[in-house]
Amino acid sequence: MLTRVVRLLLPAALLAAAPLCPIPGLRPAQAQQPADAAAPAEANPTAEAKPLEIRIGLITRAVPPPPLYDLLAVPEDEAVAGAELALKDNSTTGRFTGQSFALETTTLAEDEDPADAARALAAKGTRLLIVNLPGAELLKVADAVKDKGAVIFNVGAPDDALRAQDCRADVFHVAPSRAMLTDALVQFLASKRWSKLFLITGPQPADALYAEALRRSAKKFGLKIVADKPWTFGPLGRERSDSITRSDALVFSRGVDADVIVVADEANDFGNYIPFRTFEPRLVTGTQGLTASTWHPAQDAWGSAQLQSRFLRSASRTMRPADYQAWVAARMIGEAATRTRSADPATLAAFLRTPDFSLAAFKGVPVSIRPWDQQLRQPLLIAQPLGIVSVAPEEGFLHQRTPLDTLGTDQGESRCRLK
Amino acid sequence: MTYLRPRRLAGLLAGAAALLAADAASAYTVYVSNEKGNSISVIDSATLEVKQTVKVGRRPRGITMSPDGKAVYVCASDDHAVQVIDPTTLKVLRKLKSGPDPELFALHPTGNPLYIANEDDNQVTVLDVEANKVIAQVPVGTEPEGMAVSPDGGTLVATSETTNMAHFIETRTNKIIGNVLVDARPRFAEFSADGKRLWVSAEVGGTVAVIDPQTRQIIRKIDFKIPGVSRESIQPVGVRLTRDGKRAFVALGPANRVAVVNAETFEVEKYLLVGQRVWQLALTPDEKLLFTTNGNSNDVSVIDVPELKVVKSIKVGSAPWGVVVSPQ
Repeated sequence: MLTRVVRLLLPAALLAAAPLCPIPGLRPAQAQQPADAAAPAEANPTAEAKPLEIRIGLITRAVPPPPLYDLLAVPEDEAVAGAELALKDNSTTGRFTGQSFALETTTLAEDEDPADAARALAAKGTRLLIVNLPGAELLKVADAVKDKGAVIFNVGAPDDALRAQDCRADVFHVAPSRAMLTDALVQFLASKRWSKLFLITGPQPADALYAEALRRSAKKFGLKIVADKPWTFGPLGRERSDSITRSDALVFSRGVDADVIVVADEANDFGNYIPFRTFEPRLVTGTQGLTASTWHPAQDAWGSAQLQSRFLRSASRTMRPADYQAWVAARMIGEAATRTRSADPATLAAFLRTPDFSLAAFKGVPVSIRPWDQQLRQPLLIAQPLGIVSVAPEEGFLHQRTPLDTLGTDQGESRCRLK
Repeated sequence: MTYLRPRRLAGLLAGAAALLAADAASAYTVYVSNEKGNSISVIDSATLEVKQTVKVGRRPRGITMSPDGKAVYVCASDDHAVQVIDPTTLKVLRKLKSGPDPELFALHPTGNPLYIANEDDNQVTVLDVEANKVIAQVPVGTEPEGMAVSPDGGTLVATSETTNMAHFIETRTNKIIGNVLVDARPRFAEFSADGKRLWVSAEVGGTVAVIDPQTRQIIRKIDFKIPGVSRESIQPVGVRLTRDGKRAFVALGPANRVAVVNAETFEVEKYLLVGQRVWQLALTPDEKLLFTTNGNSNDVSVIDVPELKVVKSIKVGSAPWGVVVSPQ
């Protein structure tokens, strides 16, 4: 188990010179609390109160070393680099509010149990946990710290079950659900009137879940799945040995009258093998080709050029969706700490659940939390490998609450009972 | 090229003709920075035509003018410089040491120094424009943008977009003397002419906070509601106040409207439909016209201030960002 602690110390002079004025609109108890801090620093130079420390933990798993030929290998610090940047952003704000932020990252080796890591962090008083793990492991973490007053931010698991029958009151979902990802993509296809879909599903359990979400989205927005076939030609993308099966795979796509092919291949085993190798000319979308995601290196609207350049400078690489999701999670904690002036996980979580919480997340509109399943509502980028094509929700998809709620599971259909 | 509804157009054109006839005497020059065009469009306020388009540095955003009207300052963000342009020859005279990624700035009422928001470096650079010398660098919150100097020159306000604060800086010492937390992504700050009110827009929060600079308390938060326009697309950015303190104009970004606000009661009186993604505003010194930069429709809308009507849209360069009107 590898741990890494980042703690940004703030110049005391800055802190003393920067009283924060009480904010109207905050509850009286909160507004009164900083009365001392708001006194002019010159009047009481010795009153340099120890800053309130907000401790954040991040649990992630070591990425297996990529084969040498992997063009887009997952970087070792995926997600971690995003949380570290947010820690800097939070700390800059903390200088003015008398708060400091610390981040302790635990990177699990292959055989290590995330529950142990979570318990170890909680024992040290770190009870705000950003978790970048698959769904089953996220639940292990949630179970392990259930009675410790911890609050968990899911940045890695898209499973709809985590937002439905397996939902938990102490888990917030920053990563979009599969339903949100497929709704975003299908909205885009619907807006283009590409209504005949050819779905190709990979052999992994996650692929089946993606395909299931896609089928539901197609039904929701009135698109037709004209062919639905499993992929049985092996992980060609990974093995780079397609010569034997090439002809079969080619014939496989022949004679289907579809507008687009949708691939369900979350492991990236074959989806990139399909474009341009089909019999008829076909656009490819889904988990490869044109995809829906929270972030993209080509994203530069709504001030995101600033976030991109800050990230590039601090991590020496471009920002990936997992980095962005970890950044948002740590910023949610920062924003809640600023507004409530608290480091207590329960207080922060209570604030995140209220309509008063919203975050500027470089998506053009504020992002916020859906109270029924604690999923972050957010726009999603529809992008091809080197460019943004559109942003969902697409124009014309309306909702009585906010167009953002046209993506994913709505209140009325939610099976989540928070407890 | 125009986005006004046709049945309105005839009336507006008639209005424009009347206005042009009446106001031919007061001709100001309007300078518009085109963020993606890397240029400045120069507009004559009497004819409402683009007279000239001048090439400047990369990604020009903030633009202002010296009080004597002898220099135009432009933030060339991607060139990490502030360029000084001669308004008569329209030639770039010099480059100033702005610090990295200058986005927006404010000039001291005396014309010197210049206070520059360095968006990427979480600081404000205080620059002596005569000597081209950095006097101070003041650390502020993440992504500073909005900048305003009080009319008496004593207080500088910088807003930081990710920290969500208006930082009050004493210009005598260049030290932060207070911070006010506002709604998400504060983009712009504007003092009233008497210095008694500070207006700060929050783009993502969708509000404008009116602050008492003395007590540094928020007096009022202004909300905007436009029938048929979603809450999320109402994103206040540029704010301008009339000198008598009676009226405020607020640019509402992708809502494609400028809100007309009664600056005494803080009630929104009217929404004026302008071009797409309206960000910055500038009044003529006689306060008869208001110019708006519409970044997504690549044009400038002209508002007749006494009539509160949009009278014209003028095609400019790519992605117009900032706008300033000559003092004479």
